[in-house]
Amino acid sequence: MPKNTELDITASPTAAAATENGAVQGEEIEVVKAPDAKPARIVRFGRYLKNNPKFTVGLSIVIAVVAFSFIAPFFTQNPRFYDNPAYDPPSADHLLGTTKLGHDMLAQLAHGSRGSLIVGVTAGVIAVILSVLFGVVGGYLGGWTDEILSLFTSVMLVIPGLPLAIVLSAYLSSRSLWLVALVLAITGWAGSAIVLRSQARSLRTRDYVYAARVAGERPLRIITVEILPNLLPLVAAQFLFALILAILGEAGLSYLGLGPTGSITWGTILNQAQTGGALTMGAWWWFIPPGLMIALVGGGLSLINFSIDEIINPKLRFAPEAAKRARKIEKRLAKRQAKKAKVAA
Amino acid sequence: MKFYVRKFAFYLITLWAAISLNFALPRMMPGDPATIMLSKMFRSGTPTPEQIKAVESLLGGTKDMSLWDQYLDYWQRIFSWDLGISITNFVPVTELIGSALPWTLGLVGLATILSFLIGIIGGAIIGWKRGTVLDHIIPATTLMQSIPYFWVAMVMVFIFSTSLGWFPNVWAYDAYGFSEPEWSWDFIKSVLLHGTLPAITIIISAVGGWLLGMRNMMVSTLSEDFITTAEAKGLRSGRIMWGYTVRNAVMPSIYGFAVSLAFVVAGSVVMEQVFSYPGIGKLLISSVRDNDFALMQGVFLVITMTVLVANFLMDMFYGFIDPRARHNA
Amino acid sequence: MSLQELIGAGTKKDLWGQPVLTAENVSITYEVDPPVHAVKNVSLTLKRGEILGLAGESGCGKTTLAFGMNQLLKPPAHFREGKVTFHDESGEDIIVSELVGEKLRRFRWDKISMVFQGAMNSLNPVVTVRKQLHDVFTTHRPGMRKDEREARSARLLERVNVDPRRLGSYAHELSGGMRQRVMIAMALALNPQVMIMDEPTTALDVVVQRGILREIMELREEFGFAVIFITHDLPMLLEISDRIAVMLEGEIVEFDSAENIYKNAQHPYTRRLLSSFPSLTGKRGDFVRTGGHQ
Repeated sequence: MPKNTELDITASPTAAAATENGAVQGEEIEVVKAPDAKPARIVRFGRYLKNNPKFTVGLSIVIAVVAFSFIAPFFTQNPRFYDNPAYDPPSADHLLGTTKLGHDMLAQLAHGSRGSLIVGVTAGVIAVILSVLFGVVGGYLGGWTDEILSLFTSVMLVIPGLPLAIVLSAYLSSRSLWLVALVLAITGWAGSAIVLRSQARSLRTRDYVYAARVAGERPLRIITVEILPNLLPLVAAQFLFALILAILGEAGLSYLGLGPTGSITWGTILNQAQTGGALTMGAWWWFIPPGLMIALVGGGLSLINFSIDEIINPKLRFAPEAAKRARKIEKRLAKRQAKKAKVAA
Repeated sequence: MKFYVRKFAFYLITLWAAISLNFALPRMMPGDPATIMLSKMFRSGTPTPEQIKAVESLLGGTKDMSLWDQYLDYWQRIFSWDLGISITNFVPVTELIGSALPWTLGLVGLATILSFLIGIIGGAIIGWKRGTVLDHIIPATTLMQSIPYFWVAMVMVFIFSTSLGWFPNVWAYDAYGFSEPEWSWDFIKSVLLHGTLPAITIIISAVGGWLLGMRNMMVSTLSEDFITTAEAKGLRSGRIMWGYTVRNAVMPSIYGFAVSLAFVVAGSVVMEQVFSYPGIGKLLISSVRDNDFALMQGVFLVITMTVLVANFLMDMFYGFIDPRARHNA
Repeated sequence: MSLQELIGAGTKKDLWGQPVLTAENVSITYEVDPPVHAVKNVSLTLKRGEILGLAGESGCGKTTLAFGMNQLLKPPAHFREGKVTFHDESGEDIIVSELVGEKLRRFRWDKISMVFQGAMNSLNPVVTVRKQLHDVFTTHRPGMRKDEREARSARLLERVNVDPRRLGSYAHELSGGMRQRVMIAMALALNPQVMIMDEPTTALDVVVQRGILREIMELREEFGFAVIFITHDLPMLLEISDRIAVMLEGEIVEFDSAENIYKNAQHPYTRRLLSSFPSLTGKRGDFVRTGGHQ
């Protein structure tokens, strides 16, 4: 038997760079020192924020909008107070002007933010729960359960969501915020379910899942303990996606007059703006702010979703950066060559 | 072969489900849509017994037929293109849909195809170049994706119609100049003029999704081994880009076309409202406003069937271009 | 028509022994943070008609070197220094490391071709084998007619023991061994002077492996191309190579004939590598070379 069994089969260039000198000396291999202990969590999070502008910007926007919706209503007029001059452009009294009916626009926007976000988050949560139920459970269990569940999901996917939401809302004469959220969730979970299902199916064939099955663990436990945690980034991304969908969907429904009755949301403001002739009167302060808010929140959530995408798929992160760096290096080399040519001349 | 049969069967089932859903909805929801509709009809005129029967069959309310018999009767009507009548002037639903559908298919269909092509080709070029300035367009287009279509439409109307007066903001053609559609160059010009803003709205809102998806897939695909092989083989970069990379990268976009199309349909329905564009979307909205349930269900059915056909065609196309799908089925 | 007649006679045996590919002081770095020096100042010469084995453990830089020699490196890999020269049969010397654009494109596959590791993903999944063989011809031999391309492709497959009817198949319809053979046929198509093979048999079972190795050696006899055979499997190289270069952490630590390395390895790493492979003969627990050459 060979005396020295320290041959490190998995030596990598990085390890080589980390040791004192790269070559192997004699029969001994120097032990590589352990890397320094990781800095505190908060520092790491701060560094992550710095290195991922997309995530930082997205998160800031979302937090700003949520804060606005929570705090601003305390500082504004009652949005339904109508004794203000109508169609007033923005001024010191009314920072965002007034509507045709004399409502203060800023107040409307602040309360509208609350309404829209409540509907959006509720719908998003319900939709994600439905997606996980239909997608992950079916994807993991396989067999007939999967066939039936996925058939149902596919059918729901092809039946157009917003028209169905419109039809459902039409039949319900009085709609609360929660009912609207429910309608949106029911019409919007199918897309996520398909994505989650295909991931669950591929996870099913992983060794650790198989090991759990052989050990006799019950399916419910396997799903919650082995599969769901590994799907977490994907579920998070789908949740954000559902959120965006719900906010957009609610805006659409409310704009058509089918939103929550009696509540104020960004969509209802737009509905009133349209019927109140804001477009033809040129009252841009009435319809631009709500749309901007929707776009901002949607954009912010999308940016966060991107960052998650880049975590799940590292190729997206590295390839463009790498290509950029390569171009920089080539430019530097070309400059150096040009200088050399000049000197030689 | 098995792949195609399976797909066809799926779409048949979905069609059945959509029609049954149409049957079940009015009967499941609170309130009594049939009675509401009938009372409205009686207020504005005198419906014939035939028409009364049609309403009841579509919306539920016949006391003397069992649910199953109603179901069969419903199917019979569907096959004979009888979707009932509208409250307004008792016009047959199919007639109203027939005059609205071409406008939507033309505008929305064309704009969707354009968005798809621009998005895919744009995404292919941006993804191929990897890490240039063009990459920064991506976040911008994604932001555009989260803006509601109808709001973009409102802004468009505000800027280009109200303020600049370049484009009209209602209807599909000059309703004052032409009493009826005609095949004249003037009419076509009018149509194009009226259709520009709506089309641009759809394209702006829809292109982002396909652009981003394609660009990501391109970046992903470019790191695959067979691309390295293709380069090592000394193939021309044009062939590598289109024949090897795009050919593979475009798959998920086609596969996910169903989801994207749902967005476009949803967005267009609302957008037609902004422009008062006389398409299916506007018909749906006005039917909801008037509680014209027969018309509403009819429009919903037609929208669903159109989406179904579009998805069916895309699915078939996908099977055609991806040999693995045919193999796995 | 024999395959020889179809694609050309290959390198004449009397030219064997002359250098065909020379690498001088090649250094390749991965420009990450901190930079990784994957290949450090490597020089080697490949002789016409020979099989040069390039051995080493995972991460020693052998694949990077091979890619670098054919200008296939992708960022963040960067060909920092050095020169790679190809000595063409016609007598012309081509500096591969300085080729760009159209010249590089034309050079590829015609003079040097490659067979990659794990042909699982090296074939375009949505396009038939036929198309992938044909496009080599349409790109590099634009004068060929369609029936000529078809004939050549069919004969190439036959030569590597794949049924020519497989031309219409897709990659996923072939077994691992078949795919690798298709890759070899493709690499052979333009009758190159050098073939670089990067772990061509690693992902296959030993029986298929043996068949493919045998075919490679027969093809080399017939067409006279030189081979750079990259693998971590040193005993395999001992059997098939003329010379072997052992790489460790980016440097070549030993470069000698296969026989000399087997009998009298100089570098301690080479000796350790040899002693790591269990022997099929001899006493239980014996390795190819008993540990530490005394």
